[in-house]
Amino acid sequence: MDQSMTSAPPKIRIRDLHKSFGDKKVLDGISLDVPQGTSFVIIGGSGSGKSVLLRCILGLMTPDSGSIEIDGEDVLAASARRRDQLRSEIGMLFQNGALFDSLPVWENVTFGLLALNKLTRANARDKAGAILEQVGLAPSVGDLFPSELSGGMQKRVGLARAIAAQPNILFFDEPTTGLDPIMGAVIDGLIVDCVKKLGSTAIAITHDMASAQRIGDEAAMLYKGKLVWQGAAASLMDSGNDYVDQFTHGRRQGPITMELRR
Amino acid sequence: MDMVLDLVARTGRATLSLVRSAGALALFALAGLSHILRPPFYGRVFVRTFLETGFFSLPVVALTALFSGGVIALQSYTGFAQYHAQSAIAGIVVLAVTRELGPVLAGLMVAGRVGAAMAAQIGTMRVTDQIDALSTLSTNPMKYLVAPRLLAGMIALPLLVLVADVLGVAGGFTVAVVKLGFSPTAYITATLNSVKVMDVTVGLVKAGLFGFLITLMGCYYGYNSKGGAEGVGSATTSAVVVASILLLAFDYLITDLFFSQ
Repeated sequence: MDQSMTSAPPKIRIRDLHKSFGDKKVLDGISLDVPQGTSFVIIGGSGSGKSVLLRCILGLMTPDSGSIEIDGEDVLAASARRRDQLRSEIGMLFQNGALFDSLPVWENVTFGLLALNKLTRANARDKAGAILEQVGLAPSVGDLFPSELSGGMQKRVGLARAIAAQPNILFFDEPTTGLDPIMGAVIDGLIVDCVKKLGSTAIAITHDMASAQRIGDEAAMLYKGKLVWQGAAASLMDSGNDYVDQFTHGRRQGPITMELRR
Repeated sequence: MDMVLDLVARTGRATLSLVRSAGALALFALAGLSHILRPPFYGRVFVRTFLETGFFSLPVVALTALFSGGVIALQSYTGFAQYHAQSAIAGIVVLAVTRELGPVLAGLMVAGRVGAAMAAQIGTMRVTDQIDALSTLSTNPMKYLVAPRLLAGMIALPLLVLVADVLGVAGGFTVAVVKLGFSPTAYITATLNSVKVMDVTVGLVKAGLFGFLITLMGCYYGYNSKGGAEGVGSATTSAVVVASILLLAFDYLITDLFFSQ
């Protein structure tokens, strides 16, 4: 992994990314390198631009300026077809699962594989069972509908769907939000296992410190559209950075001010 | 002076936003239509929507047509009996039903039933990130969600209207024979003599266009909805209201085009 950090280009390279909605600057000059095989955690409060950053990399949103490279290839300059191809190599776990509620779990899990014609419908049910087992669910769950699942199970199915096509990049949008601490730890464990098994590069955004330290190798903090800190995930709790300290310890006083109306 | 400027500014802003949404809608429609022709095709989504639009709308459309045909027979009888022109009733019923009432009433019913459901379903998919999830799973949402629905609407509505035409005439026939004392054979002969292939054809063309408009509005407002449950609610309302108005406007235009001479 060390030589890849010096010689090969980083898996994901972001330079001077800007994105505004109206007057509101959501991303204000983000530059970031994510080396191949690294698990990168981005922390930050609500509205700090974390989700927008992921959506820009995924191509679900177009940034106003800046560049995004995956394996040295400029994503924003790529043709629509090429962008679709690049996107098919990224697996995404959405914050609330975003499972297709009109389809049974097995079809949710194999949706990407079926779309890429990597699987026939006849084999999809069995394949879904195998993938569900990887995230600790019984294959019989495949016959249920998403609305019949608990929050933790939905997250697992979302994870199963994200890893089904064995993507080499994985995104996790607040993977533990809405789960109890134990289930959160279980999901984190599954994420770490999946990322290791696939050898993928991962970006997770979260505001759960325990989760950030469990999932991440490296971490960065986003505040008001800017990266205010970057370092090893293990050093999150004693980073010496005022922003990170205030955030990780949940203090009201510090450089971060909540824009609340009194 | 300020008030005048303010008024001009407001008018300008409203006009701009109207033009912008018309443009966005046109682009959306073109994208949806072009995806109908380009693979991959999602047959399952098409079949499901087709059944929902066509088959499950049958009872509503059938009842609407039956009663409307009956009511026209009844109303025109009261009017025409004064001039001893009762024999024209069969012709009135069949022309009214095939040219106007069949397509328009079926269209309005389907707009309320199917257009609303589409806007709600696609809108919910939008606000719960399911549409973004489609993109991350190598599936173009326009192709998967919009194209099959547009196609299903354009095919299902003419078929529904064909059924409505037959049942509308049957409604008129029943009232004329049972209540007004017409001879069954005379009524049927008069019906067949009055109706031309053109009447039915134009009605079906209208139906195809209405099917497109209804599903387009359902998809467009659903696809662009934002802001949780409230956003989905207002998307649903807009889809039905705008589809109904456009449907009536286009009905007038087509009637003017084909039957005004």
